[in-house]
Amino acid sequence: MLDVCAPLLAVENLQAWYGESHILHGVSFDVHQGEVVTLLGRNGAGKTTTLKSIMGIVGLREGSVRFETRELIGLASNQIARAGIALCPEERGIFASLTVEENLLLPPVVKQGGLPLDVIFELFPNLKERLGSSQGTKLSGGEQQMLAIARILRTGARLLLLDEPTEGLAPVIIQQIGKTIRTLKQQGFTILLVEQNFRFASTVADRYYVMENGRVVEGFASSELDANLDKLHDYLGV
Amino acid sequence: MFEIFGIPSQALFSQLLIGLINGSFYALLSLGLAVIFGMLNIINFTHGAQYMLGAFAAFLLLQYTGIGYWPALIVAPVLVGLIGMAIERTMLQWLYKLDHLYGLLLTFGLALIIEGLARNYYGSAGLPYQMPEALVGGYDLGFMRLPIYRAWVIVASLTVCLATWFVIERTRLGAYLRAATENPALVRAFGINVPRMITFTYGFGVALAAFAGVMAAPIYNVSPQMGSSLIIVVFAVVVIGGMGSIMGAIVTGFGLGVIEGLTKVFFPEASNTVIFVIMAIVLLVRPAGLFGRRA
Repeated sequence: MLDVCAPLLAVENLQAWYGESHILHGVSFDVHQGEVVTLLGRNGAGKTTTLKSIMGIVGLREGSVRFETRELIGLASNQIARAGIALCPEERGIFASLTVEENLLLPPVVKQGGLPLDVIFELFPNLKERLGSSQGTKLSGGEQQMLAIARILRTGARLLLLDEPTEGLAPVIIQQIGKTIRTLKQQGFTILLVEQNFRFASTVADRYYVMENGRVVEGFASSELDANLDKLHDYLGV
Repeated sequence: MFEIFGIPSQALFSQLLIGLINGSFYALLSLGLAVIFGMLNIINFTHGAQYMLGAFAAFLLLQYTGIGYWPALIVAPVLVGLIGMAIERTMLQWLYKLDHLYGLLLTFGLALIIEGLARNYYGSAGLPYQMPEALVGGYDLGFMRLPIYRAWVIVASLTVCLATWFVIERTRLGAYLRAATENPALVRAFGINVPRMITFTYGFGVALAAFAGVMAAPIYNVSPQMGSSLIIVVFAVVVIGGMGSIMGAIVTGFGLGVIEGLTKVFFPEASNTVIFVIMAIVLLVRPAGLFGRRA
């Protein structure tokens, strides 16, 4: 079948360095409008660095990151955010010196079409109860993860980069996050997900890319998952 | 006339007043240092020179353009703040990733250069600055005389300090500042121009110092070394309060001014050292400062 629409995000031969160490050695993949795409791979394969490089928060990067019609590789991270991409970082990045409400309202609106607060509270009912809480970091790990996702839904960014949103969370909360991601997909968000938890990824993803040693080594659709299971087990060592 | 602990009330209250005046300057200056350190991670040793520049700017504005005290309260801090922003853009911004020592050396060197230039052109004798007419004179409170200008300094300093605290702790702009202090890369990745925010923060901290300088001009003479003698005490205040804490800087500034004033009454020999003694004790007991958060 011929793919007539250009990808929303096209990453080509992306290279990245932290100081002297060369982390990404030519990463290439793409994400289409409305898809949930998952980057799989072992620790240190370069998944988080790939998200950070798209967002422009690594030391040095080369190659090409095209979003919609714009080339992002030369832009500063605040300009990249304004283009309509938002990051939910692995360490969640909840600010201790801000209240829960301030944390939620911190990211500025960059485009029209962000979710209104009442819709966000429908997705995350617990957050509404915790709004008065004095310190963002006093929330439980699950609530902090919800907050980290919730705050980027307001901004109007249509491409969400989620870095291991299930890490260290209880199964019931992981289910809730999975439900949220499926709802966001229905709402038209495009999501690039980094996951170690392959079981979780299989409940939400349309397509997978497997990373190893700073490169994408494999890519397949979720319909091809069964055929690729053995190979995946090899790559991920599970 | 009555006595408290064998001290005439007049002496007690007048030293208390002097303590509050000094505290006003300590608070404004340590607040600026705290704001700058929180955001830039730079210990701004140029702060005393920038305070002096504020006083000089007021003096020069009056001398050459006829701009008086009241407009100078705004114009001088803006001018000195702009100079500060130029310093941040051209020099400081390259030091953020390096050890504190580099920022300290650069700002200390800048202070020496600025003070040297001022001494070269205006000598070290000090230049007089007229008190604005509206603030000449004093009230008789019955137990002591309260000079209007001193009362004004305390009120103005307190107002500016609390307004600064409010903006940083209670507004959206302040939330950006606090967040960027914690994790600048992430705040920038949300679409906020953090480098520009840092430049304005430095300009604002410097402007606070210049504002204190303008207010000091009618009390002390305008002289090139007026900042360097004050700044040592202010650094002790910042260490006691804890680097980076806004309310800590304000409370410790006023508190230590008063303690210093009271020491002059009860044990005058220690009045010049009491702040440093407190600093040593605080460093032993709470190294992060009274209001400081552990890094």
